[in-house]
Amino acid sequence: MATTKPRTLPLPKRGLNFEMFMWLFTRLSALGMYALILFAIIGALVMGARNQMNLADVMRWGFMPSNTHVQSTDVPDLAPWATPFWRLTASALLLLAVAHGVHGLVVIADDYIDTARGRLIVRYISIVMMISMSLIGLYVLWTS
Amino acid sequence: MSLKRNVSLATGLRYRGQGPMLTFVLHRIGGLGMAIFITMHILASFLGGQIGVFLNTVYEHWLFQIFIFFCVLFHAINGLRISIIDLFPKLLVHQREAIWVEWAVFIPLFVIAVFVIISTAGG
Repeated sequence: MATTKPRTLPLPKRGLNFEMFMWLFTRLSALGMYALILFAIIGALVMGARNQMNLADVMRWGFMPSNTHVQSTDVPDLAPWATPFWRLTASALLLLAVAHGVHGLVVIADDYIDTARGRLIVRYISIVMMISMSLIGLYVLWTS
Repeated sequence: MSLKRNVSLATGLRYRGQGPMLTFVLHRIGGLGMAIFITMHILASFLGGQIGVFLNTVYEHWLFQIFIFFCVLFHAINGLRISIIDLFPKLLVHQREAIWVEWAVFIPLFVIAVFVIISTAGG
Protein backbone atom coordinates (compact mmCIF):
# COMPACT_ATOMS: atom_id res chain seq x y z
CA MET A 1 0.00 0.00 0.00
CA ALA A 2 1.33 3.35 -1.00
CA THR A 3 1.95 5.86 1.71
CA THR A 4 -0.70 8.55 1.78
CA LYS A 5 0.54 11.94 0.78
CA PRO A 6 -0.15 14.87 3.10
CA ARG A 7 -3.23 16.66 1.84
CA THR A 8 -2.10 20.12 2.87
CA LEU A 9 -0.04 22.08 0.40
CA PRO A 10 3.19 23.71 1.54
CA LEU A 11 2.85 27.40 2.30
CA PRO A 12 4.57 28.75 -0.88
CA LYS A 13 2.08 26.83 -3.07
CA ARG A 14 -0.92 27.75 -0.95
CA GLY A 15 -0.13 31.45 -0.91
CA LEU A 16 -1.09 33.83 1.85
CA ASN A 17 -4.70 34.81 1.31
CA PHE A 18 -6.78 36.96 3.67
CA GLU A 19 -8.15 34.04 5.71
CA MET A 20 -4.69 32.56 6.16
CA PHE A 21 -3.37 35.96 7.16
CA MET A 22 -6.12 36.44 9.75
CA TRP A 23 -5.58 32.90 11.06
CA LEU A 24 -1.93 33.79 11.65
CA PHE A 25 -2.84 37.24 13.01
CA THR A 26 -5.17 35.68 15.59
CA ARG A 27 -2.33 33.53 16.99
CA LEU A 28 0.30 36.24 16.88
CA SER A 29 -1.97 38.90 18.39
CA ALA A 30 -2.75 36.48 21.24
CA LEU A 31 0.97 36.18 21.96
CA GLY A 32 1.32 39.96 21.54
CA MET A 33 -1.42 40.58 24.11
CA TYR A 34 0.28 38.19 26.52
CA ALA A 35 3.50 40.18 26.08
CA LEU A 36 1.80 43.56 26.56
CA ILE A 37 -0.09 42.41 29.67
CA LEU A 38 3.12 41.03 31.18
CA PHE A 39 4.88 44.28 30.25
CA ALA A 40 2.16 46.36 31.97
CA ILE A 41 2.29 44.22 35.12
CA ILE A 42 6.08 44.53 35.30
CA GLY A 43 5.71 48.27 34.75
CA ALA A 44 3.22 48.49 37.62
CA LEU A 45 5.61 46.65 39.93
CA VAL A 46 8.45 48.99 38.92
CA MET A 47 6.22 51.99 39.72
CA GLY A 48 5.65 50.71 43.25
CA ALA A 49 2.46 48.67 42.90
CA ARG A 50 3.87 46.14 45.39
CA ASN A 51 3.03 48.42 48.32
CA GLN A 52 0.04 50.33 46.95
CA MET A 53 -2.12 47.88 45.02
CA ASN A 54 -3.61 44.46 45.69
CA LEU A 55 -3.38 41.63 43.16
CA ALA A 56 -6.81 42.35 41.66
CA ASP A 57 -5.85 45.98 41.05
CA VAL A 58 -2.59 44.94 39.40
CA MET A 59 -4.52 42.54 37.14
CA ARG A 60 -7.00 45.31 36.28
CA TRP A 61 -4.10 47.56 35.29
CA GLY A 62 -2.45 44.68 33.43
CA PHE A 63 -5.44 43.94 31.24
CA MET A 64 -5.75 47.58 30.23
CA PRO A 65 -3.01 49.96 31.46
CA SER A 66 -5.26 53.01 31.63
CA ASN A 67 -4.97 55.45 34.54
CA THR A 68 -8.71 55.15 35.29
CA HIS A 69 -7.99 51.59 36.34
CA VAL A 70 -5.79 52.72 39.26
CA GLN A 71 -8.03 55.51 40.57
CA SER A 72 -9.55 53.45 43.41
CA THR A 73 -6.20 52.19 44.76
CA ASP A 74 -3.72 53.54 47.30
CA VAL A 75 -1.49 54.97 44.57
CA PRO A 76 -0.80 58.56 45.76
CA ASP A 77 0.01 60.17 42.40
CA LEU A 78 -1.69 59.10 39.17
CA ALA A 79 0.62 61.17 36.93
CA PRO A 80 3.24 58.46 36.24
CA TRP A 81 0.40 56.08 35.32
CA ALA A 82 -1.09 58.51 32.79
CA THR A 83 1.99 59.22 30.67
CA PRO A 84 1.89 59.02 26.85
CA PHE A 85 4.08 55.94 27.20
CA TRP A 86 1.36 54.00 29.05
CA ARG A 87 -1.37 55.47 26.84
CA LEU A 88 0.51 54.14 23.82
CA THR A 89 0.89 50.73 25.47
CA ALA A 90 -2.83 50.73 26.26
CA SER A 91 -3.64 51.81 22.70
CA ALA A 92 -1.58 48.96 21.27
CA LEU A 93 -3.36 46.51 23.54
CA LEU A 94 -6.76 47.97 22.62
CA LEU A 95 -6.16 47.81 18.86
CA LEU A 96 -4.85 44.23 19.07
CA ALA A 97 -7.76 43.17 21.26
CA VAL A 98 -10.44 44.79 19.08
CA ALA A 99 -9.03 43.30 15.88
CA HIS A 100 -8.61 39.87 17.50
CA GLY A 101 -12.07 40.00 19.06
CA VAL A 102 -14.03 41.27 16.07
CA HIS A 103 -12.38 38.72 13.79
CA GLY A 104 -13.27 36.06 16.35
CA LEU A 105 -16.91 37.15 16.20
CA VAL A 106 -16.81 36.92 12.39
CA VAL A 107 -15.39 33.38 12.60
CA ILE A 108 -18.18 32.36 14.98
CA ALA A 109 -20.87 34.03 12.84
CA ASP A 110 -19.54 32.33 9.69
CA ASP A 111 -20.17 28.97 11.32
CA TYR A 112 -23.84 29.62 11.90
CA ILE A 113 -24.89 31.71 8.89
CA ASP A 114 -25.96 29.64 5.90
CA THR A 115 -25.96 32.14 3.06
CA ALA A 116 -23.00 33.81 1.39
CA ARG A 117 -24.98 37.07 1.40
CA GLY A 118 -25.48 36.83 5.16
CA ARG A 119 -21.77 36.26 5.72
CA LEU A 120 -20.95 39.25 3.52
CA ILE A 121 -23.31 41.45 5.53
CA VAL A 122 -21.65 40.27 8.76
CA ARG A 123 -18.25 41.19 7.31
CA TYR A 124 -19.41 44.75 6.57
CA ILE A 125 -20.95 45.08 10.04
CA SER A 126 -17.72 43.78 11.58
CA ILE A 127 -15.60 46.35 9.71
CA VAL A 128 -17.85 49.17 10.95
CA MET A 129 -17.78 47.75 14.48
CA MET A 130 -14.00 47.30 14.47
CA ILE A 131 -13.32 50.86 13.34
CA SER A 132 -15.90 52.45 15.66
CA MET A 133 -14.87 50.48 18.75
CA SER A 134 -11.19 51.27 18.07
CA LEU A 135 -11.92 54.98 17.76
CA ILE A 136 -14.19 55.09 20.84
CA GLY A 137 -11.59 53.14 22.84
CA LEU A 138 -8.76 55.44 21.74
CA TYR A 139 -10.88 58.49 22.62
CA VAL A 140 -11.53 57.12 26.10
CA LEU A 141 -7.87 56.21 26.65
CA TRP A 142 -6.43 59.55 25.54
CA THR A 143 -9.00 61.82 27.23
CA SER A 144 -9.22 60.08 30.62
CA MET B 1 -24.40 29.43 -2.59
CA SER B 2 -25.55 28.16 0.74
CA LEU B 3 -23.81 25.61 2.90
CA LYS B 4 -25.10 22.05 2.68
CA ARG B 5 -25.27 20.43 6.08
CA ASN B 6 -26.33 16.82 6.43
CA VAL B 7 -26.68 16.86 10.21
CA SER B 8 -29.59 18.18 12.19
CA LEU B 9 -29.20 20.36 15.27
CA ALA B 10 -30.21 17.41 17.49
CA THR B 11 -27.40 15.30 15.99
CA GLY B 12 -25.01 18.18 16.47
CA LEU B 13 -25.92 18.43 20.15
CA ARG B 14 -25.44 14.70 20.60
CA TYR B 15 -21.95 14.83 19.06
CA ARG B 16 -19.46 13.63 21.63
CA GLY B 17 -16.16 15.28 20.79
CA GLN B 18 -14.98 14.92 24.40
CA GLY B 19 -12.07 17.00 25.74
CA PRO B 20 -11.02 18.90 22.62
CA MET B 21 -14.66 19.62 21.70
CA LEU B 22 -15.31 20.93 25.22
CA THR B 23 -12.36 23.32 24.98
CA PHE B 24 -13.59 24.45 21.55
CA VAL B 25 -17.08 25.25 22.90
CA LEU B 26 -15.75 26.94 26.04
CA HIS B 27 -13.28 28.95 23.95
CA ARG B 28 -16.20 30.28 21.90
CA ILE B 29 -18.34 31.03 24.95
CA GLY B 30 -15.37 32.75 26.59
CA GLY B 31 -14.59 34.78 23.49
CA LEU B 32 -18.21 35.87 23.06
CA GLY B 33 -18.50 36.72 26.76
CA MET B 34 -15.38 38.86 26.65
CA ALA B 35 -16.40 40.59 23.41
CA ILE B 36 -19.75 41.57 24.96
CA PHE B 37 -18.17 42.61 28.27
CA ILE B 38 -15.41 44.71 26.72
CA THR B 39 -17.83 46.40 24.32
CA MET B 40 -20.12 47.24 27.26
CA HIS B 41 -17.16 48.40 29.33
CA ILE B 42 -15.76 50.71 26.64
CA LEU B 43 -19.21 52.14 25.90
CA ALA B 44 -19.89 52.66 29.62
CA SER B 45 -16.70 54.67 30.08
CA PHE B 46 -17.41 56.59 26.86
CA LEU B 47 -21.06 57.44 27.62
CA GLY B 48 -20.77 57.96 31.38
CA GLY B 49 -23.87 59.29 33.13
CA GLN B 50 -26.73 57.03 34.11
CA ILE B 51 -26.08 54.39 31.48
CA GLY B 52 -22.45 54.19 32.54
CA VAL B 53 -23.39 53.81 36.20
CA PHE B 54 -25.94 51.12 35.36
CA LEU B 55 -23.42 49.14 33.28
CA ASN B 56 -20.89 49.52 36.10
CA THR B 57 -23.30 47.98 38.62
CA VAL B 58 -23.82 45.04 36.25
CA TYR B 59 -20.19 44.14 35.87
CA GLU B 60 -19.25 44.85 39.44
CA HIS B 61 -21.69 42.16 40.61
CA TRP B 62 -19.86 39.12 41.98
CA LEU B 63 -21.79 36.66 39.77
CA PHE B 64 -20.78 38.58 36.67
CA GLN B 65 -17.19 38.74 37.90
CA ILE B 66 -17.05 34.96 38.30
CA PHE B 67 -18.48 34.53 34.79
CA ILE B 68 -16.11 37.02 33.16
CA PHE B 69 -13.11 35.64 35.01
CA PHE B 70 -14.01 32.18 33.73
CA CYS B 71 -14.18 33.60 30.18
CA VAL B 72 -10.87 35.48 30.43
CA LEU B 73 -8.87 32.77 32.19
CA PHE B 74 -10.09 29.90 30.04
CA HIS B 75 -9.75 31.85 26.80
CA ALA B 76 -6.24 32.96 27.76
CA ILE B 77 -4.97 29.50 28.76
CA ASN B 78 -6.69 27.66 25.93
CA GLY B 79 -5.60 30.34 23.46
CA LEU B 80 -2.00 29.89 24.54
CA ARG B 81 -2.28 26.14 23.89
CA ILE B 82 -3.83 26.75 20.46
CA SER B 83 -1.15 29.31 19.55
CA ILE B 84 1.74 27.08 20.61
CA ILE B 85 0.37 23.97 18.90
CA ASP B 86 -0.60 25.81 15.70
CA LEU B 87 2.70 27.64 15.38
CA PHE B 88 4.64 24.41 16.06
CA PRO B 89 2.49 21.76 14.30
CA LYS B 90 4.81 18.92 15.33
CA LEU B 91 3.46 19.28 18.86
CA LEU B 92 -0.04 18.33 17.67
CA VAL B 93 0.53 14.71 18.73
CA HIS B 94 0.61 15.92 22.34
CA GLN B 95 -2.72 17.75 22.12
CA ARG B 96 -4.63 15.53 24.59
CA GLU B 97 -1.87 15.87 27.17
CA ALA B 98 -1.77 19.61 26.51
CA ILE B 99 -5.47 19.80 27.35
CA TRP B 100 -4.88 17.96 30.64
CA VAL B 101 -2.09 20.41 31.50
CA GLU B 102 -4.45 23.22 30.61
CA TRP B 103 -7.07 22.01 33.10
CA ALA B 104 -4.39 21.47 35.72
CA VAL B 105 -3.45 25.14 35.36
CA PHE B 106 -6.98 26.45 34.97
CA ILE B 107 -8.82 24.70 37.83
CA PRO B 108 -6.57 25.79 40.77
CA LEU B 109 -6.35 29.40 39.52
CA PHE B 110 -10.10 29.60 38.93
CA VAL B 111 -11.07 28.02 42.25
CA ILE B 112 -8.78 30.35 44.20
CA ALA B 113 -10.12 33.38 42.34
CA VAL B 114 -13.75 32.34 42.88
CA PHE B 115 -13.01 31.89 46.57
CA VAL B 116 -11.49 35.38 46.73
CA ILE B 117 -14.36 36.96 44.76
CA ILE B 118 -17.03 35.35 46.97
CA SER B 119 -15.24 36.14 50.23
CA THR B 120 -14.79 39.77 49.09
CA ALA B 121 -18.46 40.01 48.09
CA GLY B 122 -19.52 38.48 51.39
CA GLY B 123 -17.52 41.14 53.24
